[in-house]
This record gives sequence, C-alpha cells and structure tokens, in this order.
Amino acid sequence: MSGALIYACAGAVLFVFGVTGLILLPHLLRKILAFNIMGSGVFLVLVGLGQRDGTPDPVPQAMVLTGIVVAVAATALALALVRRLLSLTGKIQFPEEPEGSGRCWKNK
Amino acid sequence: MRNLLNVLVIVLSAALGLVLIGVILESPSPARVRLSEEVLMQIGASGVTHPVTAVLLNFRGYDTLLEVMVLLLALLGVLAQMGKQKRENPPAGFYLTEPRMQVLLWLARVLVPLMVLVAGYLLWAGGHQPGGAFQAGAVLAAAGVLLNLSGLLPSWMEPAWNLRAGLVSGLLVFLLIAAAVMTTASPGLLLQYPPASAGMLILLVETGLTLSLGLILAGLFLFLSGDAIDEEADK
Amino acid sequence: MSSLILDLLLVIALLWSALRSLMTRDLFRAVVLFIVFGLLMALVWARLHAPDIALAEAAIGAGLTGALLLDTVGYLRKKQRESFP
Repeated sequence: MSGALIYACAGAVLFVFGVTGLILLPHLLRKILAFNIMGSGVFLVLVGLGQRDGTPDPVPQAMVLTGIVVAVAATALALALVRRLLSLTGKIQFPEEPEGSGRCWKNK
Repeated sequence: MRNLLNVLVIVLSAALGLVLIGVILESPSPARVRLSEEVLMQIGASGVTHPVTAVLLNFRGYDTLLEVMVLLLALLGVLAQMGKQKRENPPAGFYLTEPRMQVLLWLARVLVPLMVLVAGYLLWAGGHQPGGAFQAGAVLAAAGVLLNLSGLLPSWMEPAWNLRAGLVSGLLVFLLIAAAVMTTASPGLLLQYPPASAGMLILLVETGLTLSLGLILAGLFLFLSGDAIDEEADK
Repeated sequence: MSSLILDLLLVIALLWSALRSLMTRDLFRAVVLFIVFGLLMALVWARLHAPDIALAEAAIGAGLTGALLLDTVGYLRKKQRESFP
C-alpha cells in the first residue's frame, strides 16, 4: 500500500466526517467548518488516487488548486450570509430547527 | 427519537466511509489512461515547463477562466450582503498619532514592498517551478490587508473606479486574450494558444490574474470584516 | 519504512484535528483547530509531491479561511455580548 493510497483513504474518512458534521451540527459556523473539511477530503481523494502508482499527476493537482480558491470564495459568501441571518433573526442556525432559540447561544 | 436519528446518521455515514475506502482500495491501476504522461508529451507546445501551470493555464485554461468568474460572483454576493456602509474608514493620518500603531505602521512599510517582490517572484517562477498566479495573488492579498489595517490604504470600503477596474482586470485580460487568440491564431477554438507565443500570453494572463486575485481575496476579507452588515440591518 | 510511519502519523494528526474541530464545544477553539488542520493539509500536499497545492493551502486554505472564520467568531461574540449583557 503506497503513501498516496493512505492519503486517499484518509480523504474518504475526512469526507465522511464532513458529511456527518454537516447533517448533525446545528450551529451554522460549524456547518461551514464541516463543509470545508468535506472539501479537503475530496481534494485528498482526487490527488491521492491520481498518483497511486507513485508518479505525481499534474491534472488533479491543477484541479485541486482551482478547488481550494473556489472553496475560500464559497466560505466567504457563506460567512456573509451567516452574519446577515444573525442580524435579521438573532440566530445562528436554520429556522426550521425545533430546539428553540436558546440553543444557538450554548457554544460559549 | 432524535437521538435515534443521530445514531442512524452516524451508522449510515460510517457505512459510506467503509464503502468509499473499499472502492479506493479496489480501484484498478490506471493502465490505459495516464494523464501525467500525456501532459509531459504535450508540454513542449504549452509555452511553460512546469506541468501544473501548463494544465492550469493552457490545457484546461477555461477552468481557470470560469474560476475567476466564480470568485467575482462570490465577491459580488458578499458586497450585496454588506449593504450600505455607515462608518467610513478613518483618514490616512488618523493612526499615526497613536504610539502603539507605530509598530504596525513600520511593519507595513517594511513588509509590503517585500511582499510585492515575493508576489512578483512567485508569478515569474510559476513558468518553470512551483508557484504561479494563485500563490502570488494570496501574497498580494495579505499585503493589501496589512496596508488596510495600518490605515495606509483607507479608501477600501467605498470601491472607487480604480478598485473596481482592478477587481475585474484579470477576467478582462483573460477574455481579451481568449478572444484575440480565437479570432486570429486558431479560429473557433477556445484558448488554443499558438505554441510560439504561448509563454508570453500565459505570462500576460497570469499577471492580470495575480492583480485581480490579490484584490478579490483581500476584498473578501475586508468587506466581510467591516461592521457594515449588522449596523445597517439593526437600525 | 520510516516514511510510512510519517505518513501514518500525519494521517492520524489530520483526522484527529478534523474530528476535534467539529466536536469541541468552544467555537474559538474549533476554529483554531481548523487552522491547525489546514496547516497539516499543507504538510500532506508536500508529502504528496504537490508543492503548488501546499503553497496555496498554507496561504489561502489555512491563512485566509482562518482569518475569515476568526473574524466571524469575534463578530458573533460581540453580538452575543450586546444581546445578553
């Protein structure tokens, strides 16, 4: 088992962490963190699988380079939306959550 | 009930992870399609010698073109959320009177020229070794944030004409070169640089990209970190 | 052999920082752990012979994203103090 394959498997695990966090965590900032971790997992799978025979492959590397910059742009947009939501509703979670409004202040 | 649902989600994700790892370990070794070899075979026609830059700006140049558009869209989204700016940045000389600002000011004056130099080097190095427009843009963005925090670049919050032009300059240069190449050198083909002038064209595109990526990335941070969003919505 | 051990240690640190960043109660600590995660990712890219991505990840993935997240955490805390003095 080569080093690249180990990292591809780690990427799969990171992706699963991210998906689980995205579904289970109510706080929107944590959802953004989970989304970023999910993306890092995908990048690792792309590059790790691309060079599992040992030679570096520039095509997935260029793709991931593009992906990192787009992920930052998406994060910035998501953070702007979170701030907007906070100033409009006073909550940092989706309004459909049944727990009530006190929940979002728990993370002190 | 809710706990049961959480456990179900965790069990399902664990199963997904196991399946993914199984697929990764089972996947056959790439015998027929070897992208890295194809890139190395064609790299002589790309105008640069670093394979990642060749893929990024020549072989799959339209990915990068669309990426710049995505970045601009994200910046527009952040700007739209910002609303009207209430509090203006203090004038340039404002911070000079505070003694503890002297350190920041000195740091900005020493570091920013160095950072611009590093960005230029990264941009130039991208042709033959690791580096390129994205990394240089990130360094420029850091320099812009430093300048803004030390009060040397005060007019950031109200995008003036020159700032707006800088934000779109990368995309404009890219589109202009794409259109010029499409009409003259290789009719009907998007971003097919002629091999003789490819290196020059890629350097031009990268210069525009570096400038506008630096401004966009710095703008994402500076527009977001202004206090504008809540002030306007609250009152 | 030693490189395999390095790979395994790096993977363990990566997974641990990601998990802790999602599970920690304190939001500020979660963001700091996320920045640590980004820097570890940069190391992983260097191990995968991808220095371009390592540079971009350290500058953009860890640096810029971390700055954006930290700024938002500070903003949330400020709003919190205003709502519940």
